[in-house]
Amino acid sequence: MHTPLLRKLVLLVLGMFAFAFALVPLYDVFCDITGLNGKVELTAAEASEEQDLARLVDVSFTTHTQGQAPFKVKAATYQVTVTPGTLTEVNFTAENLSGEARIMQAIPSVSPGMAAKYLHKLACFCFDQQSMQARQKMSFTLRFYVDTELPNDIAELTLAYTLYDITDRNAAAYDALLNPAKHSRHSAAGKDYAQSIQAAVYQQIRGISHG
Amino acid sequence: MTSSTQQAALDQEHDHGHHGPATGIKRWLFTTNHKDIGSLYLLFSLLMFLIGGGMAMVIRAELFQPGLQLVDPHFFNQMTTVHGLIMVFGAVMPAFTGLANWMVPMMIGAPDMALPRMNNWSFWILPFAFLILLASLFMEGGGPAFGWTFYAPLSTTYSNDNTALFVFAVHIMGVSSIMGAINVIVTIVNMRAPGMTWMKLPLFVWTWLITAFLLIAVMPVLAGAVTMVLTDKYFGTSFFDAAGGGDPVMFQHIFWFFGHPEVYIMILPAFGVISTIVPTFSRKKLFGYASMVYATSSIALLSFIVWAHHMFTTGMPLAGELFFMYATMLISVPTGVKVFNWVATMWRGSISFEVPMLFAIAFIVLFTLGGFSGLMLAITPADFQYHDTYFVVAHFHYVLVTGAVFSIMAAAYYWLPKWTGYMYSETLAKWHFWLSLISVNILFFPMHFVGLAGMPRRIPDYALQFADFNALISIGGFAFGLSQLLFVAVVFKCIAGGQRAPAKVWDGAEGLEWEVASPAPYHTFSTPPEVK
Ligand code: HEM
Ligand SMILES: [Cu+2]
Repeated sequence: MHTPLLRKLVLLVLGMFAFAFALVPLYDVFCDITGLNGKVELTAAEASEEQDLARLVDVSFTTHTQGQAPFKVKAATYQVTVTPGTLTEVNFTAENLSGEARIMQAIPSVSPGMAAKYLHKLACFCFDQQSMQARQKMSFTLRFYVDTELPNDIAELTLAYTLYDITDRNAAAYDALLNPAKHSRHSAAGKDYAQSIQAAVYQQIRGISHG
Repeated sequence: MTSSTQQAALDQEHDHGHHGPATGIKRWLFTTNHKDIGSLYLLFSLLMFLIGGGMAMVIRAELFQPGLQLVDPHFFNQMTTVHGLIMVFGAVMPAFTGLANWMVPMMIGAPDMALPRMNNWSFWILPFAFLILLASLFMEGGGPAFGWTFYAPLSTTYSNDNTALFVFAVHIMGVSSIMGAINVIVTIVNMRAPGMTWMKLPLFVWTWLITAFLLIAVMPVLAGAVTMVLTDKYFGTSFFDAAGGGDPVMFQHIFWFFGHPEVYIMILPAFGVISTIVPTFSRKKLFGYASMVYATSSIALLSFIVWAHHMFTTGMPLAGELFFMYATMLISVPTGVKVFNWVATMWRGSISFEVPMLFAIAFIVLFTLGGFSGLMLAITPADFQYHDTYFVVAHFHYVLVTGAVFSIMAAAYYWLPKWTGYMYSETLAKWHFWLSLISVNILFFPMHFVGLAGMPRRIPDYALQFADFNALISIGGFAFGLSQLLFVAVVFKCIAGGQRAPAKVWDGAEGLEWEVASPAPYHTFSTPPEVK
């Protein structure tokens, strides 16, 4: 006599467990649409069609390393003043401070968070993993513009890069995460079970948010 | 239980073909009897309360004076973490499950819980969860030290290898409480005695039904969160790691989506207990029964849309801050309805102040005080200052210790004679009450002040200007801790014997549980009672 109710309750439990994992893509989609968490697109944007020469916006750059990551990345100018819609280039110098080859991944973030979806990058070293030889120095060019739609109350924004050392991780699976377009759905997932789950989750996120 | 009363109970029931309890350890290991399992839960919870309390004593001893003296900071962090985990999952939640096991079937006129074998399992996996958690404290590297909220990346990047044990323990606790909740729901929905309609259910049963749904809704989310921590830490995923495209702030969203309903899981059954005790000793019917049911349901529903009040300082946009601020404040409306109803029940009642009533009245006053500090924390701009200070610690100890724990003690003093068949020593119990009441306020009230002045929580050392208050708080803490030994004494003396308790222990009490003998026979309501 208890079985029908029991079955429903067990289904509810399983559903809520699945829901916890569904929160992950939902969260990213929500943040993507609303631009709430300052996450920036990791894919190249198109140049702007419009310009707004009457407005000035200050854009600053900072970088910091995560944990023990042995990298140093510096923007040539600490701050630039731009007009919305105008393509701007900023040079960055990067250095591997360690005595061995390492792979660096830079993760950009914009504050205020609301400004994230109005900052468009055409070229960025953060789009790819950067393999760097021991003590190698590299230079990168960031090409970006600020959207003309940027809300009027935002007059200055900061683009912050966090530098991660991802050498010890499965580089292929990583690449699949960050550039799903370059890979087919399953190629990079490899045999590593957990990474394949995650790759799938992320492909889903990208799939949903970029059509 | 003496053998003679048990025998009497058995004789009564023999025509239904029932058997009494098995003897020795096997009775407890294999029991499927709701009363046995209820007792196991309650005794387990008492043990956890003492162990968790011991950890609180370590914390207060270290904080007695500024500077680092007794324990090293890493061990201090383990103490705050495991104290929180044990009190939430080991003391408060199992105590309420124990009360549900004992009382729900008796209150609705059912012979037992609906799924007795599952009931046995849901209890017996619990000790293993806590054994694992406690054992990790003694392993190399120590136990969890990232706070009971296990925020990533503290629990992922910066935790030690024993974190897997923590995750496993939380999984077991989750499975246990989900099974317990399913059992409660099936029992209440399917096994009510004829005539026990929904709007006749005792409020303790109502609040537990709603709590059980909350448990089913959010314990799986907690299980999901610890699983993600596990795979992030050991299997290279990056749910919460920005380097792989994850987001540590998302951890907080998932955790508090569980966490806020969880705090109501710990307080709704308390509301049920208080709604049972206050009418008994006011000798009046509960004021506003229907509004109590609706208020409890609205609190439960609202609890799903306020989680980010724990995250005001994570950089949410203004619209989000405002939404969560107003939604949080909205909860105080149904909560206020409940407090109003309790006071209105006492209004012009012929009140007497037996120990359960003393704890119930203390609950009403002090829980409300905790609600007020909650409202202060809900004011977003104010929370920027209060967040992560001792003010928050004061808030949740008022709602959890003088709220949830006091209600559990009220319930124990209310039903202990029904469980054991003996009256406890009221003198000793009154000492326990007054000592607890005074010491608990010395312990937690000054935390408001040091919190407002900026003393951060979860830190083993503090600035000199907080020294006097902290010494006072620690003294209150030791006194409160020692007072609880009185409670242990009262309970075990009462189990051992004493003055015989009548079937209806309190003259103003109502409900089916008072229609059976004291101690309640091993099997009750094998034939359903008539409910008018
Ligand atoms: C009127 C009702 C309540 C309101 C408005 C309220 C509000 C809040 C707010 C805003 C915080 C976050 C403070 C911060 O971290 O800065 C908080 C923390 C907390 N509340 Fe409440 N609360 C209420 C009732 C309760 C109840 C009934 C319980 C439990 C029985 C509870 C348990 C907690 C706990 C455990 C925390 C701290 C969690 C942690 O960070 O470890 N609260 N409350
Ligand atoms: Cu909350």
